Amino acid sequence: MGGRTFVWVFAQMHLFLAAFVLAVPLFVLIIELLGVLTKDPRYDVMAHEFMKISMAAYSFTALTGGALAIALFLFYPVVMGYLMQVFRGQTLIYAALFVMESLFLYIYYYSWGVLRYGNRKWVHLSIGLVLNAVGLTLMFVANAWATFMMSPSGVDPSTGAVIGTVWEATRNPLWNPLNLHRFLANIAYGGAIVGAYAAYRFLSAKNAAERAHYDWMGYTSNFIAVCGFLPLPFAGYWLMAEIYAYSQQMGITAMGGILAWLFIIQAVLIGTIILAANYYLWCGLGRTRKGATYAPYVKYIAVVIVGGFLVWVTPHTLILTPQEIRLLGGTNHGFLGPLGIMPAKNMAVNLMLVATFLSFQLFNRSSREPTVSWARTGNLLIVALYVVGVLNIVGAGIYGYITPTVYKVGASVPQVATTISIIIFALIIDGFMSRGAKRSKVHWGRMSTRSQYALFVLPIAFTWLMGLMGYIRSSVRTHWHVYTIMKDTSPEAYIPTIGQAGNVITMITLIFMGVIVFVFWLSQMGEIKQAKPGGKISK
Amino acid sequence: MTLLRITVFSLAIMFAFTIFANILPQVQSDPPQTEEIDESSLDVAGQIAWGRRLFEGQGTCTLCHNNLGRAPDLLELDLAATLPERIADQRYAGAAAGLSGAAAIEIYLRESMIDPSAFVVDGFGKKGTNDTESPMPRVDAAPISLSATETDALIGFLQDLAGFEVTVALPSAADAVESANVEETPSEDVWPLTSAEDIIANLGCAGCHDLFGSGADIGPDLAETVQQMQRHQLRAAIIDPNAEIADGYEADFMPPDYAEQMWASELELVVDYLIALGAGEAVQ
Repeated sequence: MGGRTFVWVFAQMHLFLAAFVLAVPLFVLIIELLGVLTKDPRYDVMAHEFMKISMAAYSFTALTGGALAIALFLFYPVVMGYLMQVFRGQTLIYAALFVMESLFLYIYYYSWGVLRYGNRKWVHLSIGLVLNAVGLTLMFVANAWATFMMSPSGVDPSTGAVIGTVWEATRNPLWNPLNLHRFLANIAYGGAIVGAYAAYRFLSAKNAAERAHYDWMGYTSNFIAVCGFLPLPFAGYWLMAEIYAYSQQMGITAMGGILAWLFIIQAVLIGTIILAANYYLWCGLGRTRKGATYAPYVKYIAVVIVGGFLVWVTPHTLILTPQEIRLLGGTNHGFLGPLGIMPAKNMAVNLMLVATFLSFQLFNRSSREPTVSWARTGNLLIVALYVVGVLNIVGAGIYGYITPTVYKVGASVPQVATTISIIIFALIIDGFMSRGAKRSKVHWGRMSTRSQYALFVLPIAFTWLMGLMGYIRSSVRTHWHVYTIMKDTSPEAYIPTIGQAGNVITMITLIFMGVIVFVFWLSQMGEIKQAKPGGKISK
Repeated sequence: MTLLRITVFSLAIMFAFTIFANILPQVQSDPPQTEEIDESSLDVAGQIAWGRRLFEGQGTCTLCHNNLGRAPDLLELDLAATLPERIADQRYAGAAAGLSGAAAIEIYLRESMIDPSAFVVDGFGKKGTNDTESPMPRVDAAPISLSATETDALIGFLQDLAGFEVTVALPSAADAVESANVEETPSEDVWPLTSAEDIIANLGCAGCHDLFGSGADIGPDLAETVQQMQRHQLRAAIIDPNAEIADGYEADFMPPDYAEQMWASELELVVDYLIALGAGEAVQ
C-alpha cells in the first residue's frame, strides 16, 4: 500500500466520521426543538438517543483526523508546507475550532438532563445552536483547503507565490458550492446511519413498545436522510457548473473524460438509495388503515423509479469490438444511445425525486383525513401540480435534445426549479389542508422485518457513494496536487482504474462499517446495567 | 443471528458495488508524457506531425475541439475559409487585424492560443460574458504548458490542415537547448531550499545588494529600504520589481523573473529574512 492509498484511506475515514458527527447535532437540534414546540417528550428521548450514538463516534473522528494529518505531513511534506503558507494562521483557528467543538459537544450532551425543562431547555437549545455554528465553521474551513487544491486563488498563477490574503485563498471559486454540497450530504448521511441503528434495534427488540419506538426512530431517520438527499443533486449541479466555469478542462475530465464511467456507478448507487428509501416508505403504508387505499398507486411510482434508474445507468458510448461496432452501426446504440446523454438523465433524476416525494406525501396523508371545505379542490390542485410539473420536466428534457451541448446542462435548471416547486407547493397546500384534519392512529412497529433491511442499504450505499465522489473530486485535479500550481510527479500521480478505486472504496467502507458497528455496540452497552450478584442482567 | 444476517446482507451489497466497478471498462489515466524529440533535426513534415500529436495529446485540444459543440470542431471545419473570415470579422481587433495571407493566419492562430480571449467566436464565450471571454486556457501556461517550439508545431499543424503554407520557423539548435532547459512547475520531488541564505546565494542577490558583506551598491541597501516596507510590499517588490523603484535607482534593472525561479515557500523565507534584516535581527 503506497503513501497515496494510506492518505486516501485515512482521509476518507475521517470524512465519513466527521460528516456523521457534524450532521447529527444539526438534526438533533431540530428534533429537540420540535419536542419543545409539540410538547411531545418522545422527540426529546429520540434526540438524546441520536446524540448518544454520535458521541461514541466523536473520538474516532479525532483519531482518524490525527492519523490523516500525520500521514499527510509524512508523505507530502512539501504540499503541506505550501498549504500551511497559504492558509497561515487559519490552521490555528481550525485547531481552536476543534477544541470549541469538543467543548460544546460534551456540554450539550452531558447537560441534557440538567437543562431539560422550562427556560433551561432554551439554554440547552442555545448550546446546541453554538455547537452547530462551530461545527459548520470547522467544516467550511476544511473545505477551503480541499477546494483551494482544485481551484487555487490568492496565489500567483505562474509561480504559486502567495500574493493574496488568507480570505482570498479561502474564498476560491469552488468553496461555496462544496460547502452546500457537503452540508446537505452530511445531513442525508447522518440520517442514514442513525436509521441503520434504529433498524438494528427494531430487529433485536424484545417487546412491542421497543419495536414501536425504533420503528418511529427509523422512519424519522429515513425522513431526515431523504430531506437531505432530495436537494443534493441540485447542489451537485451547482458544484459541477462552477467547476466548468472555473476550468472547462476540469469539467470535461469529470463528466466527459476519463471519469465519465464513474457517473454510471454513481447512478447505480443513487438509484439504490432512492429505491431503498421508497421501498421503506411503501412498506410504511401498512402502519395506517388509510395507507392501504394508496397501495394501488405504489406500482406506478415504482415504474417511474425503476424506469428512471434504468435510463440513468444507460451509458452513451460503449466500449466495443470492431465487429460489435459494425453490427451496431456505430459506438452508440440507435435506441439506447439517446438515453445516455444529459437531457435523458436529467429527466430521469428529476422524475425519480418527484416520485420519492410523492411516496412521502402518500404516507403523510395516510394518517390524516382533511376536514376543510375545499379538500376536493386542494386534492385537484395537488394532482394538477404533479401533472404540470412532470410535463414541464419532460418538455425541458426534450428541449435539451435539440439545443447545443453548452446549453444542455443549462436546460436542467427549469427542471430543477420544477421539482423544487412541486415539493414546496405540495407541502404548502398539504399544510393548509391538514388544519383541523381528523388524525387516524399510526401503528408504529407494524413493519415487516424485510422493510428494515432497506435502512441498512442506505448507509452502505451512501458510504460507498461518498467514497466514490471523494475519488472523483480528487481525480479531477489529474496529476496536480494543487491544480496548475504544484504538480504531483510521484509514481502515484496516475488516476487509478475504476476497479482499483472500487476495491479501495469497499475496503474503506468495510473499515468504517466495522467502526460504526462498534459505536452502536458501545451506545447500546451504555444502557445495560449489571444486576447485583445472583440477580439478572437488566436494562 | 440478527447481527449475522445484517452483516451478510451488508457485505453482499458492498461486493455487488465492487463487482460492478470491476466489470466496467478499466482505464488508468497516466500524467501526460512530454515527448522526447530531437527538435534540431525536424523538417516541416516532422513538425506538422509533431503538431498533430500535440493537438491530440499533450495540448488536450480535442477535449473541447470536437463534434460536441463546446468549441469549434477544428478537424471538421473548413479552416481555409473560416480563418480568413475570422480575421476579417468586424469584432476582431487583434494582432492580425488588417493583415492577410499565411503569415496573418500564423499571427491569428498564435494569438488564439496565447491570448484566447483576444477574439471569441460567436456562441463560444464563457456563459454570461457575451462572448468577450473565452473558456479556453492559455496553451503556454499550466495545466497545458506547451513550450514555444511546441506551440509553433501546433500552429504549423493547423496551417497545414487549413491548406496554408506553413510559415512557422523550424526549431533551431538554440531553441532545442532552450526547450530542454525549460523550468518545470514546482513539484513534490524538486525540493525547495529551506534557508534564506541559500536562496539568496542561489539567486545571486548579493551581486547587486549589499548582502553577506558583499558591499555591492548596484541595488538599494536593503537593510535600510526594507524598514519602511510591509510584508506584502516586500513580496510585491520581488514579484514585480519595477512596480516601485527606490529613489536614485533605475527601472528594468532587477530581473523581473526572480519570483518564477522560487518556490512560494522560498519567497516567504526571503521575505522573512528581509524583515529580520530591517529590524536588525539578521546578518547583512
